[in-house]
Amino acid sequence: MKNGSAIFARVFRFYYEGFRNMSGWGRKVWIIIIIKLFIMFAILRLIFFPDFLKKKFDNDKQRSEYVMDQLINSR
Amino acid sequence: MIENADLTLVDWSRAQFALTAIYHWLFVPLTLGLSFILAIMETIYFKTGSEEWKRITRFWMTLFGINFAIGVATGIILEFEFGTNWSNYSWFVGDIFGAPLAIEGILAFFLESTFIAVMFFGWNKVSKKFHLLSTWLVAIGANLSALWILVANAWMQNPVGMAFNPETARNEMVSFWAVLFNPVAIEKFLHTISSGFLLGSMFVLGISAWYILKKRELYLAKRSMLVAAVFGLLSSLMVAYTGDSSAKTLAQVQPVKFASMEALAEGKTNAGLIAFGILKDSEVRVGERVMQDFVFKIEIPGLLSVLTGGDRDIYVPGIADLVSGNKEKGILSVSEKRERGKIARDLLIEFQDARAADDKVKTDSIKTLFSDTQFQDNYFRYFGYASVSKAEDVIPNVQISFYSFHLMVMLGFLFIIIFATAIYLLYKGDIEINRWFLWIALLSIPLTYVASELGWILAEVGRQPWIIQDLMTVSGAVSQIVSGSVITTFILFALLFTLLLVADVSIMLKQIKTGPKH
Repeated sequence: MKNGSAIFARVFRFYYEGFRNMSGWGRKVWIIIIIKLFIMFAILRLIFFPDFLKKKFDNDKQRSEYVMDQLINSR
Repeated sequence: MIENADLTLVDWSRAQFALTAIYHWLFVPLTLGLSFILAIMETIYFKTGSEEWKRITRFWMTLFGINFAIGVATGIILEFEFGTNWSNYSWFVGDIFGAPLAIEGILAFFLESTFIAVMFFGWNKVSKKFHLLSTWLVAIGANLSALWILVANAWMQNPVGMAFNPETARNEMVSFWAVLFNPVAIEKFLHTISSGFLLGSMFVLGISAWYILKKRELYLAKRSMLVAAVFGLLSSLMVAYTGDSSAKTLAQVQPVKFASMEALAEGKTNAGLIAFGILKDSEVRVGERVMQDFVFKIEIPGLLSVLTGGDRDIYVPGIADLVSGNKEKGILSVSEKRERGKIARDLLIEFQDARAADDKVKTDSIKTLFSDTQFQDNYFRYFGYASVSKAEDVIPNVQISFYSFHLMVMLGFLFIIIFATAIYLLYKGDIEINRWFLWIALLSIPLTYVASELGWILAEVGRQPWIIQDLMTVSGAVSQIVSGSVITTFILFALLFTLLLVADVSIMLKQIKTGPKH
């Protein structure tokens, strides 16, 4: 247990110091990463990209019937 | 399906996917190639203990880090699009697409994100050996991630290892190994990663050439050039080799794409390989489609037959054979394939009716039939043809297929010459005075991106009208959503990705101008 927490502390310190001593370009790209992920997941995913079948139907049976209908009734 | 589809919606959905994929692919190949170059450079540092090699490795690692950080997760948007714009497709492919993508996610997350931290934060904090191991694992991890994505894409080009379940309307994986060792997947993987190595090598070669032109960082530039030139030459030869084997497989599994990329309207034995050509509309028509002929061409007689089957007497089917059929050569026509596809579709209609009537005996017998390999090979395999209204609809855009293929190949040979010349000039020790070559190396960086994107354009445009070869058309795969929403997200993506690209290039240029730390 003691060993496990020591490893955890070392890993934490490793990342902490790594981020703290990051160079100028590193900080810049991290800001870009955070903004990008926010736009992708909080804006695009939630507002613009709902799962079509999940939103339209309540269960997989309805979804499979709908897709089957799409597959066979288009001539 | 093609008749019923709202073409505006289909076109915008396709345009959006193409835009996202093209932008995503601007970041990926550099990660694939530069990661291995870093591993090679660090290995030299590890072996020699030279601080100069450490400085060289750290400099290129900075550029790798910028590209990786800006490009990371841009591929996730493609997965958003599957669920929203391509819901029929997403449902139909079932776990076959999900399984490789899930493995990719886990590998990418654990391998890359763990060891990339050691790569950047671990200098002087972990042992040299562990640091080197981490750099190699990042390179291997990045390339293994690509494997799973390419396995999924290869399945769309050559669907294998699955059975369709009429009850769930999904394809279910029956052989993971068949999906993984799909010949298209293996060749696509090797061709794609080696093209990434080539691109990474040209990136290093070109930027090193710029330093020499500016008479800066000569030690770093010449040593980086040597690594890049040797790795680049080996990679470009591998690209040529894997490209050739990919084309052989393509001739078997996607013959219309193969005929289109050679603009071969009518089949022949002793078919020549077009080394260079300019197309014009021909007199030949297939249905309503005008075929292509050449204004000018340089043809190597018999080589196409030799490359596809190892013999000049091999018959290479043309677009007309593949659409109208050729009994003598055992080639089914589109209308015959359509009849077979319709049998599979009619059985699904019967299945639906039986399910509605609660006729379990009938539903079970149809379900069993769909898992039978003979039925799959003779009927379900052509399921998508039931939705094709005109036979000539199965012909992709011949001009795009032809030019993208030939330009890619010409650039590929140019890169071999560039890397070989770089090795020769470095060996002679007079690379500095050959400024013409340094300019060519620098200007070739964007050309490698062009060649890489052309490869994908050929792969995806050449497969049209299919989203899954012979099973599902693009128009049948699209979700019935309002096309206006797709246009809105297209514009949003164009803005977001352009901003990311500008950020990527500007931060990278700044770092290149600043140069390595002394």
